[in-house]
Amino acid sequence: MPDIRTEEMVINMGPQHPSTHGVLRLKLRTDGEIVTHIDPVLGYLHRCFEKHAENLEYPQVVPFVDRCDYLASMNNDHGYAMAVEKFLGIELPERVEYIRVIFAELQRIASHLVALGTFGLDVGAFTPFLYCFREREMILDLFEMTCGARLLYNYIWVGGLSHDIPEGFVEKAYEFLDHFEPKIKEYNDLLSYNKIFIERTADVGTLPADVAISYGATGPVLRASGVDWDLRRDEPYSIYDRFDWDVVVGNDDVGSVGDCWNRYYVRVAEMEESAKIVRQALDQLPVDGDVKEAIPRKIRPDKGDLYFRSENPRGELGFYLVSDGSPKPMRVKMRSPALANLGVIDEIGSGWLIADVVAILGSLDIVLGEIDR
Amino acid sequence: MQGLIELVQNLGVTADWLAATLAVIVYAVLVFLFLALFALFAVYLERKVSGHIQDRLGPMRVGWHGILQTIADTVKLLTKEDIIPENADRPLFILAPFVLFLGTYLVYAALPFGPNATASNLNIGLFYIIAVSSLVVIGTIMAGYSSNNKWSLYGGMRSAAQIVSYEIPVGLSLLVGVMMASSLNMSAIVINQTTGIGGIGGFLGWNFIQNPFAFIAFVVYLVAGTAEANRTPFDLPESESELVAGAYTEYSGMRWAFFFLAEYANMWIVAVLATVVFLGGWNSPIPGETFVPGWIWLFLKALGVVFIQMWARWTFPRLRVDQLMVTCWKYLTPIAFFNILGVGFWMIFIG
Amino acid sequence: MIKYFTNIKEAIVSNAIGFGVTFRHLFKPSVTLQYPDEKWNLPERSRMRLHMDWEDCIGCQKCARACPVDCIHMTVTKVPRDFDELGKTKNDTQKRLLVEDFYIDLSECMYCSLCVYPCPEDCLYMTREYEFSVYERDDLIADFAPVPEQLMKNAYEAIEEEQRQKEEARRKKKEAAAKKAAAEQAKAKEEPDSKDEE
Repeated sequence: MPDIRTEEMVINMGPQHPSTHGVLRLKLRTDGEIVTHIDPVLGYLHRCFEKHAENLEYPQVVPFVDRCDYLASMNNDHGYAMAVEKFLGIELPERVEYIRVIFAELQRIASHLVALGTFGLDVGAFTPFLYCFREREMILDLFEMTCGARLLYNYIWVGGLSHDIPEGFVEKAYEFLDHFEPKIKEYNDLLSYNKIFIERTADVGTLPADVAISYGATGPVLRASGVDWDLRRDEPYSIYDRFDWDVVVGNDDVGSVGDCWNRYYVRVAEMEESAKIVRQALDQLPVDGDVKEAIPRKIRPDKGDLYFRSENPRGELGFYLVSDGSPKPMRVKMRSPALANLGVIDEIGSGWLIADVVAILGSLDIVLGEIDR
Repeated sequence: MQGLIELVQNLGVTADWLAATLAVIVYAVLVFLFLALFALFAVYLERKVSGHIQDRLGPMRVGWHGILQTIADTVKLLTKEDIIPENADRPLFILAPFVLFLGTYLVYAALPFGPNATASNLNIGLFYIIAVSSLVVIGTIMAGYSSNNKWSLYGGMRSAAQIVSYEIPVGLSLLVGVMMASSLNMSAIVINQTTGIGGIGGFLGWNFIQNPFAFIAFVVYLVAGTAEANRTPFDLPESESELVAGAYTEYSGMRWAFFFLAEYANMWIVAVLATVVFLGGWNSPIPGETFVPGWIWLFLKALGVVFIQMWARWTFPRLRVDQLMVTCWKYLTPIAFFNILGVGFWMIFIG
Repeated sequence: MIKYFTNIKEAIVSNAIGFGVTFRHLFKPSVTLQYPDEKWNLPERSRMRLHMDWEDCIGCQKCARACPVDCIHMTVTKVPRDFDELGKTKNDTQKRLLVEDFYIDLSECMYCSLCVYPCPEDCLYMTREYEFSVYERDDLIADFAPVPEQLMKNAYEAIEEEQRQKEEARRKKKEAAAKKAAAEQAKAKEEPDSKDEE
């Protein structure tokens, strides 16, 4: 009797697919329906950001940095601006720091809303996506009121901000927070504790803590695996040490530590914590101060290099700047958190069904603009 | 059906066999028209319901509040280019939508539309329906296999497994209604529901509140019926975000519209069966009221069940294929068996 | 065994709660805006299409240098110091350069508004107009320099006049220098002559 030969099938989750968040190509080798190996192929969205930055002056790089992770523009601006400010050694007025924190945390909420909505869409729940976008719309209205744009802001500049907050911003921000906090309970009712959703995501794609650390995964992916590490608390930059908030770490109430459900739930809980920070910052906002007074006329750092890291909604965003004394940087390298997070997909995706690979990819929350730059 | 035969005979056709054949053809065409109109209405209803659940409006521009939207979609589908992949198995590819539709269409021969409006009021009506609706499995496998596409093959296989497995809870929960009426004839089941708790009739006569086991059977039937119709949370064969469109990926234009039509036809069958067996068929909920004709009550109740199916689609995520099987074999089937036992005991000891 | 029954209970309870949430939303008003019948009122600071007031531009080119993608193109000509037809800007600055050509390629613009801040006369700003799609790509090149013909003619005439005067002055200087050189040469020639004579 001849041996039964089973061959592996190579399936292409191609660059255009409803579930890969952006143009990502995944080569899946499957045995029946179980995936044995995953090869991500990147580069479909490469726009030569780092090469462009070599020909632009320091303030002109800010709109380009925006476009790398287009769902968390404010955080990108913030990271880059702080890197250059550290290079130059500028001191910022208090009001600028507070406003920056408010906007960075609001942007974190907006980015997590997109992550939750699209994750629900990946596992088949169509409605939470629209509810999340409804709240995100309100945040974008706040941003549009301040700087005129809804997605790519060019707002946090080196040494200050491009506009001061307008009249009525603080009231609208409080209104938004009052509207938003009960919504988190609604998302939990509809999606997080739904039995079908738990069946789909609990105990799926478990990422052990040591594997996460060795791959360099950061952000909610790392915290869901049980590692208590958040740059805003452990290496505080800006004025994050003045606020009272908790770092959310994965638990095993539902499923196990490090599975998809925990990665999803850490984001939901982080939205609550960000709302807390925004409220405290709005309460403590100093009333006077000029947002443009510390902006240097000509940015010409001394020769040298610097690495500065900050906490993006996706993880640790790092900027490595090399200067040769001229107004244009010699090299701007961006350490993208989503790229490091994507690296774990072969470890945690192998051995699961194709439907689970979709769920695992959704829980990692990648943005191709940041990965390919 | 008798009425139709008499009508044809009155028109001058005297031979019995000719009159019967003509009446059957007329009925078949009428059913097809009804299906087309129902699909038109159901698609519009689904889009509006989904829109309002998601805090948005749904179609608004074509016609007043988007009423003509489905007609526009149908025109678009009819004028699309008919693409058959190069290496596809042509005969099977072309036949698949028809076989699928056939499986659903044959059920309408025994499906009641009102008190005396059944094509053939078989004494084994319910049994016939459950048996014939299994033909859709062949259609799905043909569609998946002949597309020459790995993803379609996966989808077709999964769909076949799903439909075949969920036939069992469907049959077992419908058996509860049969036990309470002691007959497989659908008119008899409805007549049995005219008197119930307290002997008043009306709403209290409906089967699903007669005893707790019947209620559980109703819920099991709704879940299993949703799976039979391939709707979320069980829509793996056509899951949009995982396999593009699963078994039906390679179909375009009118061929794809047939699959769509078959899905809505299936939904209607599930709804009418639920109404007839559990919700009192064409009896009115107000006891003793005979003003409103029976078929209106049937339609309203069936539309209610259709609405529940649509509501469930937009609320829940999708189940993975092995969880689907677990739900069917480990949860629904034992519960359905237990129900039959329970109803039997209830009828014997409590009456 | 107990897990079996907890699963069933959790499924029923969580699904019922989910049903409740979506049912409640069925009765909430929708948040859709029926564009183009209803349009959103953009806030004041909206960064949409660029606009430039040519009358206020002094031709300093700070905006063109600030743009990261080089989408602002301008041709600036120097006019003679005594040409006073250019007028003043709205901030009472005397214009000294003729802005002949000023066009922005809106298909390259990335709406970052970095060009708005350096302008000393506030003549370049972003408006709230966002419905400007066109059928040809070249129609997106927005020309903002409606220079009056008479002004161009006068300016070029003045420039030519200045050129001519400069030419004239140079020629005269050359002539004078040549005369001087000839005179010196003649003088130098005379000197040895007189020496010879003695």
